Amino acid sequence: MVEEGELVKAAQAGDRAAFDEIVRRTYLDLFTLAARLTGNEEDARDVVQDAYLRAWRAIDKFRGDAQLSTWLYRITANCASTHLSRRRRNRTEPLGLGFEPVESRYDAQPEAAAESNLDLARIAAAVDALPPKLRAVVVLRDVYGLPHEAIADELGISVSAAKVRLHRARKRLRDDVFEERRSARAV
Amino acid sequence: MRYEDVADLIPGLVDGTVSIDDRTRVFIESDLRCQAELARYRKLLRGLGTLRTTYLEPAPGGLAQTLNALAAEGERKVARSILTGRRMLVAGAALGGAAVATAATAAVVAARSRRRLVTG
Repeated sequence: MVEEGELVKAAQAGDRAAFDEIVRRTYLDLFTLAARLTGNEEDARDVVQDAYLRAWRAIDKFRGDAQLSTWLYRITANCASTHLSRRRRNRTEPLGLGFEPVESRYDAQPEAAAESNLDLARIAAAVDALPPKLRAVVVLRDVYGLPHEAIADELGISVSAAKVRLHRARKRLRDDVFEERRSARAV
Repeated sequence: MRYEDVADLIPGLVDGTVSIDDRTRVFIESDLRCQAELARYRKLLRGLGTLRTTYLEPAPGGLAQTLNALAAEGERKVARSILTGRRMLVAGAALGGAAVATAATAAVVAARSRRRLVTG
């Protein structure tokens, strides 16, 4: 299997097949990010396609300071932000992912795994229920680990605005996830 | 100091987004409500981190569609570079032609003025 660094070098030299291989290896990851940001499969497909086109046009600017995945996450975040602001002008229906997770890495005992899956489902549902602006920040920071500065850059907001949104998003998630659990126990 | 005074700091404390002074830190470390709240946020962040490796299934055809779009983009790029090359060629030819015409005009003018000098 060809290493990622070699594929990047080849793609930078104009080798489309090498770039196609990068796309094949990263598609599921980027699609998942796009779906979490947009909350909609159709939009996620458009966003991810746009992100790869932009990445192909700009691949010679990738210097390797960050990981390729981080670079692609940033492009995807930017595309999703553009897409969502365009969509906000046209549609306002609530988001509902309705995806089936294809892979979840749990090595725990079955009972613990079941409990964790329950928590995870609850957290995922709470993330989906967030308003898009809050959701974007929490997904990029707490799920994908992007720095505040990168998030601010890609969403076109200030670092302090990104931190305020993150704070609000975490508080909402905390309320949704833990209050829901408390009320479920009380029943 | 009361829990209510520091409650708003807790979501940012879990990953160091918020920094606090020593007095606040000592209070948070000793207050059970703060500790319980911190534990909830830590659990939340662990769960969110796990979402990164919980992939969502795209409908079939998405990858192929993206690869096709890239192929089309590649063809457009090639067409653009050929077009740019042709344009350069045409521009070069035009410039060359203009240079030849200028040189010829200059030669004719020079010859005429020379002839005028000889006859004069």
